[in-house]
Amino acid sequence: MFIYTLKRLLQTIPVLIGVTLVVFLMMHLIPGDPAQIMAGERASEEQIELTRDRLGLNDPLPVQYATFVGNAIQGDLGNSIRNGRAVTTEIGTRFWVTVELAFYSTLLSIFMGLMAGIISATRRNSPVDMFIMVFALFGLSMPNFWLGLMLIQYFALNIDWLPVSGWGSPQALILPVITLGTAGAAIIARMTRSSMLEVIHQDYIRTARAKGVKERYVIYKHALRNALIPVVTVVGLQFGALLGGAVLTETVFAINGLGRLVVDAIGQRDFPIVQGSVLVLALLFVLVNFLVDISYRFLNKRIELD
Amino acid sequence: MDNTNTIIKVDNLQTSFFTHRGEVKAVDGVHFDVPAGKTLGIVGESGSGKSITSLSIMRLIESPGRIKGGNITFNGEDLLAKTEAEMRSIRGNKISMIFQEPMTSLNPVYTIGDQIAEAYQIHQGLSKKEALQKSLGMLELVGIPSPKARLKAYPHELSGGMRQRAMIAIALACNPQLLIADEPTTALDVTIQAQILRLISGLQKELGMSMLLITHDLGVVAETCDYVAVMYAGKIVEYADVTTLFKQPKHPYTVGLLKSLPRHDIDQDELQVIKGMVPSPDDLPEGCRFAPRCPFAREMCVNSLPDLRDQEEGNQVRCWIHTDEWDGPEVNVKDDYDYGYRTVEGTES
Amino acid sequence: MSETTANVSKEEKKRINPQIESLKNVWRKLKTNYLAMAGGILIILFIITAIVGPWLTTLDPNMPNVQARLQGPSSEFWFGTDHHGRDIFTRIVHGMSITLYIGFFSVAIGMVLGVVLGIVAGYYGRRIDAVIMRIMDVLLAFPGILLALGIVAVLGGSINNVIIAISIFSIPVFARIVRGSTLSVRKLEYVDAVRALGASDFRIIFLHILPNILSPIIVQATLHIATAVLTATGLSFLGLGAQPPTPEWGAMLASGRNYMWDHPHIALFPGLAIVLVVLAFNLFGDGVRDTLDPKIKS
Repeated sequence: MFIYTLKRLLQTIPVLIGVTLVVFLMMHLIPGDPAQIMAGERASEEQIELTRDRLGLNDPLPVQYATFVGNAIQGDLGNSIRNGRAVTTEIGTRFWVTVELAFYSTLLSIFMGLMAGIISATRRNSPVDMFIMVFALFGLSMPNFWLGLMLIQYFALNIDWLPVSGWGSPQALILPVITLGTAGAAIIARMTRSSMLEVIHQDYIRTARAKGVKERYVIYKHALRNALIPVVTVVGLQFGALLGGAVLTETVFAINGLGRLVVDAIGQRDFPIVQGSVLVLALLFVLVNFLVDISYRFLNKRIELD
Repeated sequence: MDNTNTIIKVDNLQTSFFTHRGEVKAVDGVHFDVPAGKTLGIVGESGSGKSITSLSIMRLIESPGRIKGGNITFNGEDLLAKTEAEMRSIRGNKISMIFQEPMTSLNPVYTIGDQIAEAYQIHQGLSKKEALQKSLGMLELVGIPSPKARLKAYPHELSGGMRQRAMIAIALACNPQLLIADEPTTALDVTIQAQILRLISGLQKELGMSMLLITHDLGVVAETCDYVAVMYAGKIVEYADVTTLFKQPKHPYTVGLLKSLPRHDIDQDELQVIKGMVPSPDDLPEGCRFAPRCPFAREMCVNSLPDLRDQEEGNQVRCWIHTDEWDGPEVNVKDDYDYGYRTVEGTES
Repeated sequence: MSETTANVSKEEKKRINPQIESLKNVWRKLKTNYLAMAGGILIILFIITAIVGPWLTTLDPNMPNVQARLQGPSSEFWFGTDHHGRDIFTRIVHGMSITLYIGFFSVAIGMVLGVVLGIVAGYYGRRIDAVIMRIMDVLLAFPGILLALGIVAVLGGSINNVIIAISIFSIPVFARIVRGSTLSVRKLEYVDAVRALGASDFRIIFLHILPNILSPIIVQATLHIATAVLTATGLSFLGLGAQPPTPEWGAMLASGRNYMWDHPHIALFPGLAIVLVVLAFNLFGDGVRDTLDPKIKS
């Protein structure tokens, strides 16, 4: 287990290098002069020159990249063009808002998805199963920003149960979490169902039954644990989709998170903020994938790292 | 066969699968009983219904399959009348089963110890610790080397033969009265097969269990069984004690199976095989089900199905040849099999 | 010499034909899958709407009409009008082609690139494989819509840039699947046999490997169009895709947002349009997958 973790950790290094490289290059791929962009649109010739110097844009690219990574490791992601504040400060609190939103939404997806999937699988082809599966199909076909708008329309305006927007109170959490978690719940439900149906026909399930194990334990002890193995991978991937979806959800509910920060920053062409936020979100996703792989290994004793 | 000593009696068992194409009779009126401490072998090719018979006894037939009729009496109790909860207390406790595929029959996410211990926890209400203690004893009993370490091993860490030994340990944990072994050696390497077979039959005698051994291999039967039922396409075609069956087989199918056994005592130019294929259970012949492949088949065989009838030698045989109604020339099935003749259309033999 | 080549290709044809045969089988099975057929019929209807629709609607999708602002659904304006008095039904019909255009093209480009990279990685293995797949890992490390968002941020918001963004975001999805399938096909004996006959790599890849890995590609492509549509409308909703007054559905939702609280129909219908298109592709894709991959079926 320890060796596996170590190996898996080593595997993330090229990915980390790649991710930082892509984010670093973003600035240089933007049509136009990076110094001009960094200095702001109304900057004078002198200011641009100064910026170029300060940011080391005259250095060769590899040197610039090394500086970028070196600074990033020390927590320096540059300064916002708009207000000059450090990018890390700007990201700081907003990051935790997004993590909280993503965390609760993931919990909702996993909980709802597993329950629905298990119910569906154990009552295959029953009306309950069909209802759940149709519901799941709609769940994953709905754009989450539209779902959010509709939920606000109904729960916040028509029947006035929940706040329209904002963040902080538990009530304010409900609609955004449903908005963001629904697609994941739908995908996990479908995956759980098909995985359960596959597992339930395995020989070892018959062995359990032949041993006299109660049907409830056959499902929850013998089948589910095996069925979860592929589901765990989906949960990991889903977390990525969810972080991306947070951008839309935060916009709809006017939540001051990292996603909204990115969108606003793109609108204001505040590229250091865009760079920093994208980098932080990607790193978070890499971390989560790492944790998912470790737990996958924990669930499935058979896999070996290739 | 003495009825007072009978552990299990299967009477006119009918198990069918109800698919969208209609009913498929997998087991169609099977009778047999197993005396206490004895072993009955059920022999047949795949698709003959022998596995479905064993799963029917365990009441583990899954939808769309259903036990349609008949009786299964275990220790004088009607198994088909039992509730699911009562059935569960029998499974793994009084009747146990070993399956064909040791590679896939153990749950990959639990240790061997956990899986054996579960039987004790369910049926004897033992704590996990006590159950594991007893499991260790079982691993020793089935001859797994360094049993203490194996207790904590996962199935994928064991070889096929070792896994099958673990399966046997699970099955025998609660000292069952009846052990059903469904092709226990088929999936194993030839060298391992003999070991496992010897282990099973040794333990059967040692523990005084009755056993139902399902196999396609008459060689296995000869080594381990007291009685033999030969199944073909959902029906028993011949039933006898093991000596009688090997000395005086009566049914052409039995003879065909015997002839296809490799023999070491005589020189064989080639191994014989029974021509043709087992009929699909959703498309069974109307008359004798073996008729399309039988070298002796006549019009009457194709048209009507004979009963299972007692023979002087003690066999029970389902074949027109051994009845008074037989309208063909006299046949000695065993000797004439190779030269058989056919009077109905079909492949020349 | 030429005779032998002729023989080889005849042999090869024989090997490829079963693939066509099995496609016929797939169609036969697919026909009995009602949900998949419903999805397929919807997709065809949507395509027809996208092509013919704009000629059948009488109103201009972009012409403001101050007198008709914010009207609810009526016989004149089936889905009502927006805050500029534009007929929402007309705009949705005109938006259909945009949505499908983005969906098809972005997935097509991403698929072609992904398939090429995946086959090359799986076929040649070793270094090439490692390099390609590490690059794919990097692309996959950007969560969900974020990669597309970053690309659009760099390139600027427009329909074509959305297509480029979604294509790039789709490449690793296809590359991974194709690489896996290529690896398993490559191990089959007949590939060695064909190589022994002196077939070139190019020939082996296109005539022998590609036909055998079509199933997962088709399934992924169909399902991925659904994802592409969701991503594209999302980008437009954020103001980073199609720009107003283009009747793109995500953009319609964004510009109607401030008015929807009192006039819910403004947000309802464009959203339903997205749901229907995505649903159709998901239904069809599910059906194709169940047909091509019988393992999951009961």
